[in-house]
Amino acid sequence: MASVAAALKGTRTALSGALGTWLFLAGTILVLAVLLLPKVISNPAFFIQILIYGVANGAIFALIALGYTMVYGIIELINFAHGDIFTLGAFIAIPLIGVFGFTDSTPFSVGVVLVLLLVTAAVMVIDGGINMAIERLAYRPLRSAPRLAILITAVGMSFVLEGAMYVWRGANNVHFPDLLPGTRISFLGASLGVKDLIVIGSAVILVVSLNVFITNSKLGKAMRATAQDREAAQLMGININRTIAATFFIGAALAAAGGIIFGLYFNNIRFDEGFTAGLFAFTAAVFGGIGNIQGAALGGLFIGLVQAFSNAYYQAALTDVWIFAILILVLVFRPAGLLGMQVPEK
Amino acid sequence: MSRPLLRGDTAMRWAMGTFKDRNRTIYTLLIIGALLFPSFADVTTGGAGNHLVSTAADAGIYVLLAIGLNVVVGFAGLLDLGYAAFFAIGAYSYGLLASGQLSGSPLHAEFHFPFWVLLLVAMFVAASFGAILGAPTLRLRGDYLAIVTLGFGEIVPRIFRFLGAGSPLGNWTGGVNGIAAIDSPKLPAFITGPWFGTPIKVVAPFDFGDSNWAPMDFYVLILILVAICVVLVTNLHNSRIGRAWMAVREDEVAAAASGINTVAIKLLAFAIGASFAGFAGCFYGAKLSYVSSENFEFVVSVSILIMVVLGGMGNIPGVILGALTIFFVQFFVLTNLPDYAVAASNAVGLGFLNQSTGGWVGLHDEVQRLNYIVFGLILVVVMLLRPQGLFPSRIREQELEKGTTEEAVFDVREATD
Repeated sequence: MASVAAALKGTRTALSGALGTWLFLAGTILVLAVLLLPKVISNPAFFIQILIYGVANGAIFALIALGYTMVYGIIELINFAHGDIFTLGAFIAIPLIGVFGFTDSTPFSVGVVLVLLLVTAAVMVIDGGINMAIERLAYRPLRSAPRLAILITAVGMSFVLEGAMYVWRGANNVHFPDLLPGTRISFLGASLGVKDLIVIGSAVILVVSLNVFITNSKLGKAMRATAQDREAAQLMGININRTIAATFFIGAALAAAGGIIFGLYFNNIRFDEGFTAGLFAFTAAVFGGIGNIQGAALGGLFIGLVQAFSNAYYQAALTDVWIFAILILVLVFRPAGLLGMQVPEK
Repeated sequence: MSRPLLRGDTAMRWAMGTFKDRNRTIYTLLIIGALLFPSFADVTTGGAGNHLVSTAADAGIYVLLAIGLNVVVGFAGLLDLGYAAFFAIGAYSYGLLASGQLSGSPLHAEFHFPFWVLLLVAMFVAASFGAILGAPTLRLRGDYLAIVTLGFGEIVPRIFRFLGAGSPLGNWTGGVNGIAAIDSPKLPAFITGPWFGTPIKVVAPFDFGDSNWAPMDFYVLILILVAICVVLVTNLHNSRIGRAWMAVREDEVAAAASGINTVAIKLLAFAIGASFAGFAGCFYGAKLSYVSSENFEFVVSVSILIMVVLGGMGNIPGVILGALTIFFVQFFVLTNLPDYAVAASNAVGLGFLNQSTGGWVGLHDEVQRLNYIVFGLILVVVMLLRPQGLFPSRIREQELEKGTTEEAVFDVREATD
């Protein structure tokens, strides 16, 4: 027992620090290469198709993971309700798109793009507002209570949101109008959907603009300062409550955009979709290093790829098991994740 | 002073003492209620109380689970969000080792070990899994544990579902079909003497396989198990270990500085909590005679957590009451509410609400969908308004109240994390 503990501690120490980042990255790539190389050689075209699908999938996870990582970075709360905020985005978008009379048979046009942008913006604001209200009502009063209390409220809020969507639309899959073009193009022998490219492109735009916002804007600077040291930030004249509320707003807005992209990509969404998607996104955030924006984006990509490859090449029934196993292994061996800061152990 | 007066006086003083101490009152009422319940069920249903008694035995399973989770969440202050996984492990341990299931597995042999042995085996297996999961993760920050247990809770039912017919490793667990026809417990021969059963009938037949008597027998058995567990946990709570758990919960750094091996003590809480779930799982498998991975989803973990939180984290009688309340809400109120709502709307002339039109699926189904919201609201509202729960332990009450009224933007405790 003692030797196991010592070995564990040794591994963890070896994997921490700058060298550890490379070891961790190299190990991950090595495992992926060993598992995937035979498949690539036997059918490269199919592999590219799966790869693109995985990247598109990962882009959606990345959008959810950003909200997790921002909220955790600033108030150290695992916001369990975040996955449901993602589903809620898609659920709100469906009737809004319906207002314009768009259905599956609507041909893709400039009008569709404009309406989608408009709807997405509206849903981002609505969903962000809801998340801000949740923060105000359920999390802020407990900010100085024992950590357990606020985690339990977050689980409760997740149930409330899921319940609201369940009462609203029932237990079955809800159809999301298929508005993106179904055109497929040939690339290196693989057939790629234009849909995939649109999904990847829009996610990249969102992640990059968030990154620019966090690094350059005044609010972004306030957010980083608050995450680093709340008391010092307050002494520097930063309004802590407003900054935290803004973090919840931005996180939810990105998740809402992710929800709409998910809806447009898969055309079906269920009231409890956000539970598993949220857990996967959280795994992504942990993998990338919780609290780190680029890490969350990379982690999302990684989890999306793992899911796609596991579904295609290895037991699809065990995909979830692999992903949760990754979560546990990362937390055990490198709790700081790929790019995160080393958190001192107690 | 004459003796009768003194005796009356003592009884009076005992009664006064009982009702002054809230916990003792709760225990007294619970014992009386548990003893009278079967007769009550029989009288109110006109002699068909078996179904109610059987449901009460199910409630007993949740009481066991809540007591176990209370050790982890209430005593040691660790959030376990995958508690149903240990419940599943206990149930499957019994299911696999006391049914014909393994004859179809690569082992080609079936086992029928006695229930009484497997009760301990299931406990031990669940505790081992708890220790294996806890050992590497308990060194980490508290909320990472919540996530690891959540992941574990998702993995376990999926693995049980995967290892069915057609899996590359062979059919071990029956997959989506679960394990059926699990053995009923049998009393050992030295208890089932000639005074039992048909020939002499000095004592009512006590045979878990007899469908007329089984509900009552399982009810008696779960009462005994719950009683044993309550005594065990109460003693643990008042022991050196119990005080160490509280110390770790209140301030881990201070606890470590006072010479407590915090990792070992947290691991102990985690393993003991898991062992209770294994215990309850074994009983569950025996009572239902069927286990399926469907019955151990996240919702189960959350409802057990709600029982602990609502009842009052850390206080055993409170947690028991919390478990009974939530069980009642879940299996009586929320199950019957749709029918009541329909009846009520018909009575006041709003019968049109029962038709489904467009987005409205009819009052019955709409009400049926409410349980997620009810569950979520219980968690949020209890945490916001009464974080100490309905029947808290005195110490926990102070800790939580002090925490919520403190208006500091920055908490010193977090800085030391």
